[in-house]
Amino acid sequence: MSERENILGRIREALVVSAPLPGSHGDTTAHATAEPPASHAREWLPSVGASVTEQFELFAKNAADLKADFQVLASRDELKTVLAKLRDAEKWQRIASHDGELSNFACKSLGLPVTLTDRGYEVQEMEKCDAAITECDALIAQTGGVAVTSRSAGGRALSVLPPHHVVIARREQLVADLPSAFALLQQKYAPDFPSMISFITGPSRTGDIERILVLGAHGPKKLTVLCV
Amino acid sequence: MSSASKFKSLATEKSGDLRHRQVIRTALRGYEIVRDKRKAAFQSWESARQAAAETKWEAVNHLDKHLESLVAKLESRGTKVHWASTAAQAREIIAQILRDKKARSIIKSKAMTSEEIHLNHALEKEGFTVVESDLGEFIVQLRHEPPYHIVFPSMHLTRGEIKDLFQKELGDAPSDSPEDLTMVARRVMRQKYITADVGFTGANFAIAETGMISITENEGNARLTAALPKTMVTLIGIEKVLPRFADLALFLPMLATAGAGQPMTCYNTMYCGPRQPGECDGPEEWHVVLLDNRRTELLADAEQRDALHCIRCGACLNVCPIFRNVGGHTYGTTYSGPVGAVITPHLRGLQEWKHLSNASSLCGACTEACPVKIDLHHHLLQNRRNASAAQPAFFEKLAYQIFGIVANEPRFWSLAKKIGWLTQPLHSAIKGSVLDPARSWTKTRDLPPMPRETFKDWWRNRK
Repeated sequence: MSERENILGRIREALVVSAPLPGSHGDTTAHATAEPPASHAREWLPSVGASVTEQFELFAKNAADLKADFQVLASRDELKTVLAKLRDAEKWQRIASHDGELSNFACKSLGLPVTLTDRGYEVQEMEKCDAAITECDALIAQTGGVAVTSRSAGGRALSVLPPHHVVIARREQLVADLPSAFALLQQKYAPDFPSMISFITGPSRTGDIERILVLGAHGPKKLTVLCV
Repeated sequence: MSSASKFKSLATEKSGDLRHRQVIRTALRGYEIVRDKRKAAFQSWESARQAAAETKWEAVNHLDKHLESLVAKLESRGTKVHWASTAAQAREIIAQILRDKKARSIIKSKAMTSEEIHLNHALEKEGFTVVESDLGEFIVQLRHEPPYHIVFPSMHLTRGEIKDLFQKELGDAPSDSPEDLTMVARRVMRQKYITADVGFTGANFAIAETGMISITENEGNARLTAALPKTMVTLIGIEKVLPRFADLALFLPMLATAGAGQPMTCYNTMYCGPRQPGECDGPEEWHVVLLDNRRTELLADAEQRDALHCIRCGACLNVCPIFRNVGGHTYGTTYSGPVGAVITPHLRGLQEWKHLSNASSLCGACTEACPVKIDLHHHLLQNRRNASAAQPAFFEKLAYQIFGIVANEPRFWSLAKKIGWLTQPLHSAIKGSVLDPARSWTKTRDLPPMPRETFKDWWRNRK
């Protein structure tokens, strides 16, 4: 018999006796409702305002708490200006990015040599890039984070290897909360999911030395979210 | 020395070590404040806990069904799934993957399951180079020590100690600022991600519905580990299954809140396969190893089955007065604190590890802190009951029988009180010494003086 059959066999044997439901004081009958227990998560998670303006405010507040930079920009021209400022302030020499309507616009406006990931790339070359410019799948007001996937944001490494990750998003990509973000991803991709989906909530951090916050442990030291 | 006497002697030493206690107190000082703030931000933390507990109940009580779905989905996208009943099997499966790939160096992100099966030691013995990439794990690896805490592996060390360690082992420690020290580790690790043959990870959740493995981390080391090496290996306990993709919307913020008082951990990443057609990077091969290692024995105990709901957030360790005094290494187990005391007897043998269930004040702080409502402090009592039912302690039983006889007979009870009153002054001469039969109690405690006139006497003599 294979280990698979051994393990499944032991599991089935163990489950012959049913366990009390949590908080039921020994009641072993299955829970009554047909819907999944977590389906009302929205009502329990931290509250998010109903209007888009409130949600943008909440995203901005959460991003600031996470030490991420967040700006809502009025136009593509303003995006150009902000990117140029970042480039000059941090003396970018080379950037990494991927093919996409917004990311192409950003790369073009910066006028720097670009390592594009789409058709394969040299890891050492990407490691030397000063910033990564990616698109995303969603901005989540509830957490101040962004959702990216290997398909929407140039693969697995692009959003973590360079020291500064710049996310360029469209306003309509803002979702209220985590349940909406998961619903959106499921709707967009299921059943053919990208091989990686990542919720990025602030720049890379650690507290492993005396619980003191340090940014840029292994991933980016800086996270900038620009919304046009 | 038995694990019980080791525990006792280390616990005595550590709880008297004021410096150690100070370090732990400093490390946990902020935790409760930020955690409570984050809990308060939930519209209903209690409802969320109940739903999380019910979701885990559903997952664990239909584990066979969920595992089959998980594995079918993983395999349909080209992931290789392996099943390991024992730690030895898991080690052999992983070593064989490395041999097949002719790998030399392995970059690891944090995985308590790998501590559980003593993976690093086994791989190093075979000549592989294993580097821990999580900063805390990297630090304890340099010290040749197991992690002190399941979430904060190096919380027992001060920045000065870490500076000295880096200076000695890496020859690079510009100062003792946490920022500088973190950057040293960042520099050391960067090239290792790029040159490693195999990336090894643990996992926080596995999604049955979509066939995904979810990894939670703050540093980005797991992201890099799963992005750059050509082969990826993930070791996961079979109980980590969640039924649905959408369940993560609840579990990810709860794990972050309970574990570290964060609204969300920095990177929550779901993997569903190796590099897919049309993707530009990621491992060509992904192996997922499902580990039993006596989890099915715990599953067979319906009374304590909910201990398999554990999401390893570490909240029960952080609030436990025993953990805070004796520290993580004293337990001598992979999983320490209350949850470690509950599950270790199942994973490693009840009689050998029953002492952990006695190292508890039964205050219930752990049960209250648990985001998935595991009835931890009652399980400690059940372990005590099971241990003494299987192997009764002769003298303890005798003592309670005598007490029962004395307490049931008023004449004996009065006599005992008289004897107690008369002999108490004599006891002070031997209190806490080897001659004292109650020394393990009286060594550090004073009994209040017994009154000359008892309540009963007073009642009888009152006017």
